[in-house]
Amino acid sequence: MSVSAPLSRGTLIGIAVVIVILLALPFVVEPYQTVLLSYGLVFAIAALGFNLLLGYTGLLSFGHSAYFGTGAYAVAFIVKYLKIESMEAFVVGGILASAVVAAVFGFVCVRYTRIFFGILTLALSQVLWSLAFKFFWVTGGTDGLRVPTPTLLGGAVRMPAGAAGDKQDFLSHRYYYYVLALFLICVAVMWVIVHSPFGKALQAIRDNETRAEFVGVQVRHYRWVAFLISGAFTGLAGALWVPLNGLTTPDILHWQFSGEMVFFTVLGGFQTFLGPVVGAIVFNYLKTFAVGYTVYWQMLLGVVLVVLVLVLPSGIVGTVNRLGPRLRREPAA
Amino acid sequence: MSILRTEKLTKYFGDTHAVDHVNFTVAEGEVLALIGSNGAGKTTLVNLISGLIPADSGAILFQDADITSASVHEKIELGIARSFQLVNLFDQLTTVDNVALALFSRDGKTRKLLALADSDAAVRDEALAILKQFGLDGRARTMAGGLSQGERKLLDVAVAYALRPKLLFLDEPTSGVSTREKAPIMDIISSVVRSGGITAVIIEHDMDVVFTYCPRIVAMHQGAILADGTPDQIRNNEQVTANLLGTQGHS
Repeated sequence: MSVSAPLSRGTLIGIAVVIVILLALPFVVEPYQTVLLSYGLVFAIAALGFNLLLGYTGLLSFGHSAYFGTGAYAVAFIVKYLKIESMEAFVVGGILASAVVAAVFGFVCVRYTRIFFGILTLALSQVLWSLAFKFFWVTGGTDGLRVPTPTLLGGAVRMPAGAAGDKQDFLSHRYYYYVLALFLICVAVMWVIVHSPFGKALQAIRDNETRAEFVGVQVRHYRWVAFLISGAFTGLAGALWVPLNGLTTPDILHWQFSGEMVFFTVLGGFQTFLGPVVGAIVFNYLKTFAVGYTVYWQMLLGVVLVVLVLVLPSGIVGTVNRLGPRLRREPAA
Repeated sequence: MSILRTEKLTKYFGDTHAVDHVNFTVAEGEVLALIGSNGAGKTTLVNLISGLIPADSGAILFQDADITSASVHEKIELGIARSFQLVNLFDQLTTVDNVALALFSRDGKTRKLLALADSDAAVRDEALAILKQFGLDGRARTMAGGLSQGERKLLDVAVAYALRPKLLFLDEPTSGVSTREKAPIMDIISSVVRSGGITAVIIEHDMDVVFTYCPRIVAMHQGAILADGTPDQIRNNEQVTANLLGTQGHS
């Protein structure tokens, strides 16, 4: 994970090609596929935030469902109590709410590392889950809270009223582009963060906490800031997810969803910048396929995880990065 | 004029008196060696002064200011830096990034979130210049984890040096390297330290290194200072000979 390597020409061309494909997709595939990809992009934003802690700071959180869920519930509360249906308000509200929760939880958690950190994050996320579960007069309990299709860009883009099937069309085109735009912004911002002096300090903490302290990095403070940023990214993902889903329930705050974030980050490769992004999108397809294929889908995903850890410990992108140069050197048959 | 003074500095680990009421003085600009057998208290003394562990009692004065309770961060800001006995580097960062991080930290730039580190030409150039001083410029883009032990030792010192310290503690800078490599490493360190006008305290077991590079030597034994003097005075000190040099086979 060198921070010194600039983007090569080949990488830039590759990025441009991927963006063009993503832009053209709604005109090529079924609306359902586009909505599915929107989910993948949303999870990818969460993965970017999650990996700032795991890949760059060396902290494994088992409680990131808390920030995703906070983002989602913040949107639901904005609708329920403020009667606002603007996506921009959802985004700002989701980010602010999750940042506040992450700031408080992070203040407690970053005092510890390794298993103690993981257990604390898990425990705190379960506190939020139980609150959402029990305070049903506020949160709707297990019924959750419904979120209508939002207006976009200050009301300039909205779902036409009345016509049947419009919601699917809205989500697979206009809302998809909205998610895609925010996804690209998040990738760019996170790329700058991890390549900034601050990002270097985080990597130093990950590699050698004691030495980082002795070059003047205030380890606990920097961990806290990383935690806060990570929570904010994950909260944004939660805010973007809930209009797609139309409903938020306590399930999204449960530790099982935190486990899924760990899963897709490991699947893609947490030691690479784009690994968690790829992992989130692949995981989303994998889970959708598994759920449709068998009622034992969790077992299927479990087997995939075991095989992944044993065969591809560096994840999909890590393995491609490792094997790519080797394959290019192979003589043509 | 002393840059550092400890007064009755004490650290116990259970019943072990690791550092026992030590009065230790370092004059500004000097290069001194701290010697002693394993368990004599050398590294504990440096750990106390640098802030890695807290003292049980006593005082640490840096440029006449009491820094006994100061944090590591505050001590670094005052100008105290150190390297480590077991090399402590950022193995997944490149050699130049290891030094650059120290420079960013020194200049208060590690708080910058939305600026690319590589676009800071001043830091990059200074990092490369420091690597050149330490003979590591050819390894600038190599991951620190991929360097040889001798190179890692030099980089460890270079990272501490990049903080532009007034007082630099070097904990066994030649341990774990071959006998052939020791002199070149010490030549580089000695040259950089002297040209930078840095006060240096070197913990070292190799008496040839100590006698060659350090005009003043402080010998420790069982948590206390046993002797303090020039290389000749230390060589001829009977207590040192009996407790340290004799057991280390140095003639």
